[in-house]
Amino acid sequence: MSPDKMVRMANQIATFFESQPGDDGPEKVAAHINDFWEPRMRRQLFDHVAEGGEGLRPMVLDAMRHIREPA
Amino acid sequence: MKDFIIPDDRDMGTPARTGAPVTLTIDGFEVTVPGGTSVMRAAAEAGLSVPKLCATDSVEAFGSCRLCVVEIEGRRGTPASCTTPVTEGMKVHTQSDKVQKIRRGVMELYISDHPLDCLTCAANGDCELQDAAGEVGLRDVRYTPGENHYDPTTGHYRSQSDARWRGPEEANPRYIPKDDSNPYFSYDPSKCIVCSRCVRACEEVQGTFALTIEGRGFESRVSAGMAGDDFLSSDCVSCGACVQACPTATLQEKSVAEMGTPNRSVVTTCAYCGVGCSFKAELNGDRLVRMEPYKHGKANRGHSCVKGRFAYGYASHKDRILNPMIRETINEPWREVSWEEALEFTATRLKGIQQKYGQKSLGVITSSRCTNEETYLVQKLARAVFRNNNTDTCARVCHSPTGYGLGQTFGTSAGTQDFDSVEHSDVVIVMGANPTDGHPVFASRLKKRLRQGAKLIVIDPRRIDLVRSAHVEAAHHLPLRPGTNVAVITAMAHVIVTEGLFDEAFIRERCDWDEFQDYAAFVSDERHAPETNEMLTGVPATELREAARLFAKGGNGAIYYGLGVTEHSQGSTTVMGIANLAMLTGNIGRPGVGVNPLRGQNNVQGSCDMGSFPHELPGYRHVKNPEVREIFERVWGVEIDPEPGLRIPNMLDAAVDGSFKGLYCQGEDILQSDPDTKHVSAGLAAMECVIVHDLFLNETANYAHVFLPGSTFLEKDGTFTNAERRINRVREVMKPRNGYADWEVTQLLANAMGAGWTYTHPSQIMEEIAATTPSFAGVSYEVLEEQGSVQWPCNEAHPEGTPLMHVDGFMRGKGRFIVTEYVATDERTGPRFPLLLTTGRILSQYNVGAQTRRTQNTVWHQEDVLEIHPHDAENRGLKDGDWVKLASRTGETALRAKVTDRVSPGVVYTTFHHPGTQANVITTDYSDWATNCPEYKVTAVQVSASNGPSDWQEEYQEMAERSRRILPAAE
Repeated sequence: MSPDKMVRMANQIATFFESQPGDDGPEKVAAHINDFWEPRMRRQLFDHVAEGGEGLRPMVLDAMRHIREPA
Repeated sequence: MKDFIIPDDRDMGTPARTGAPVTLTIDGFEVTVPGGTSVMRAAAEAGLSVPKLCATDSVEAFGSCRLCVVEIEGRRGTPASCTTPVTEGMKVHTQSDKVQKIRRGVMELYISDHPLDCLTCAANGDCELQDAAGEVGLRDVRYTPGENHYDPTTGHYRSQSDARWRGPEEANPRYIPKDDSNPYFSYDPSKCIVCSRCVRACEEVQGTFALTIEGRGFESRVSAGMAGDDFLSSDCVSCGACVQACPTATLQEKSVAEMGTPNRSVVTTCAYCGVGCSFKAELNGDRLVRMEPYKHGKANRGHSCVKGRFAYGYASHKDRILNPMIRETINEPWREVSWEEALEFTATRLKGIQQKYGQKSLGVITSSRCTNEETYLVQKLARAVFRNNNTDTCARVCHSPTGYGLGQTFGTSAGTQDFDSVEHSDVVIVMGANPTDGHPVFASRLKKRLRQGAKLIVIDPRRIDLVRSAHVEAAHHLPLRPGTNVAVITAMAHVIVTEGLFDEAFIRERCDWDEFQDYAAFVSDERHAPETNEMLTGVPATELREAARLFAKGGNGAIYYGLGVTEHSQGSTTVMGIANLAMLTGNIGRPGVGVNPLRGQNNVQGSCDMGSFPHELPGYRHVKNPEVREIFERVWGVEIDPEPGLRIPNMLDAAVDGSFKGLYCQGEDILQSDPDTKHVSAGLAAMECVIVHDLFLNETANYAHVFLPGSTFLEKDGTFTNAERRINRVREVMKPRNGYADWEVTQLLANAMGAGWTYTHPSQIMEEIAATTPSFAGVSYEVLEEQGSVQWPCNEAHPEGTPLMHVDGFMRGKGRFIVTEYVATDERTGPRFPLLLTTGRILSQYNVGAQTRRTQNTVWHQEDVLEIHPHDAENRGLKDGDWVKLASRTGETALRAKVTDRVSPGVVYTTFHHPGTQANVITTDYSDWATNCPEYKVTAVQVSASNGPSDWQEEYQEMAERSRRILPAAE
């Protein structure tokens, strides 16, 4: 998947949870990504964050610590 | 072969009623029927039949033929039994000498203007006029041949064949030749007895009002449309209701005329849209003569549309592939091989790919056209044989946001009602759906309710037919700008909350009150007011306010929605917004209300139920849950991967990236149906083994290495689950022409990979589903034989199934209000692409058209056209019928323009039925935030003049032809 597309998809999820009440947005973003993103996609996300995470919304970066890192 | 035993299939003469019981005596037999029932129907209930011609139980009584007269003690004269309601203690005589004499006289008059060509008539053996003549004992016609409608000459012959032999004479001005314009049925005015059953069926059952009786007295004839119209040029939608209602050969299926009357019949389920109509497949031997809507079908109640009723010819079309084929590379021609060779070739390739690229390099796409049992096996193939969760289905590209949105709010993705529910609705919202084209039989049932006075609110960028058609007019049409669904739905909630129109008692009892508080505060904000949003959505604020008030206070409110809701980057959010509206107004948990996703395909509900999604096992249970995996691990004897698999778009991305190499695609044409065609073809081209299992060499097969021929719905046993969660039987009407039912093909493939499956009948697969999936625990083929159909959940708590969901409480406990913030899609219009394209279906064609394009339905729709507003057309110098270039940031194609104000200025619309157009070359890679459901409904485009198909279209056509070459079979 192109990095742009992955960043857009992650940001779309964060944008939704940013609009929700409560302060557990990052956990919810992470839960959504854990539930629906195949390990290859999560791997790509981790690699992108490791390279600086350009373009990702802050809530995605906050969510990273709750996302399961694939082997 | 076991034919289903048809329950009482007699024509009861007049429709059923539901009044308080009334007891009367008919010919000495006591019978109790609901108040309001006709004497004719009461007699039928008692097992007595009154002769009739103009009455049939699909339409209201009319009382015109006078054949059904009876005597009633204490009443004068001989009333018509069809129009006389029963009363307590009534004593009826159906066969007195007096009425017998009247009936013979009436019959004699009918026959005096009817050709006596019975032996060569298409309705011979299936003619109510013939039956009635027999029943009343007509033995002679005393009238001398005179003026009539049937004799083409003025020779006054008794039969048309006589006239033909003896003619030519002067032409009979009353004789009207047959109208053969409709491809499926003929209208022969010379055989018409002017009973008006067809006219009434067109009005009452179908709701199109295309037919009328023209002329008076002896001049009267049935007429389609205006003077000068034939059936094809009229408003007729070819649903077949008139043909069904006609008692003679006046309106007759051409197939019956060609093949003779059928002599056996099997009840089965239509394989087109998500309404899931029940049909009687009527045959001679293994030759299908006609499909007749089955009146005990609980989804359709005896009605049908042009697709299910007539468009089955694809099953025997010459394009159908009946032998397996393989090829080393996609540049080679296909080679027909034996099943053994094809399966060996496939299994070797798949195993090789997994060895080289790993366990997760293979995947499957289950078919929403195939049965539950077949779908279950395909996802089982991924999970138990490929040992990964890379399974997805076309619901990804249609209703996956429904699954997510309703799951979050109500606790289950299920639609809440049955189709009968609409008979109790007072206000209906239709949003992002076009039922008269996409779900025609439901539309007829909805229109019937609207004619009874229910109010309609249409939320759609296009002025769909329901907005204004014969005897139906929407109270409000909110023509929103594509992509602003969330803003409109939230604005409606704003009106309901700020004007205090919400159902507080319902919310306090059934929903989470704290979440409601958050939600109420959110929607009350001024930025969600219709006035604030007017510029964004294009919906006049006063109209939106009135629509919201009507929905909140108009009685039972039901919401029906389609892909115009889901196929957006905020598809899931809109579904939540719809669920919010239903909860806010207390419209959940009883007949006439609810949230009703109109599912696109016959078994899209079932394919989701069966665990086709990569994150969940059958019954919507996430693969991360060990207790769920354990159930299947025990039955399947393998360990199940706890990680979610790839969704269709993710599979294609992974293919382009080089980590996904093999795909088994059953009954779906992703190249034509999925967005951004060039991306799909790049993904497919990067794979090393694409297996297409289908009826035809579809567009995806251009990139396939293995073609496994499929069977049609007529050729296998199984079940489909329709949009109301109704599990209907599909029955083997004839043997598979390709040799195997689709479930057998999947089993052969699994076994070639070493699975060792031993199913011998789909009922065994259903047993496995019931044993592993709580909502299906009570489902079995025995139960389906007994009950005809059943709506899940069907288990110990609901042994007869569940017509209505959330009756006493939500599936998840308390209903959840979720904040729905509008987020603009990334797909924006600008100077280069100033228009918004939205896509949809048309009545006569179905999705990628693989089936309907191979039937005579093409007379109604031969090509995709681009609807464009006169204003936008004029700016571009375009006229109706011109070739135009349609371009987006993704690609371009060319098609003909249709200039119409059905679309708003700034919006253009087309269908995606024809591979020649490939509307999906234009659509983008953007998708729903939660489910990756593609954003088909919003693409920024430019339209300009063109002089024919684009270079790309011509190249594609050439490539497709090259790719479909088949080597002659080796001797």
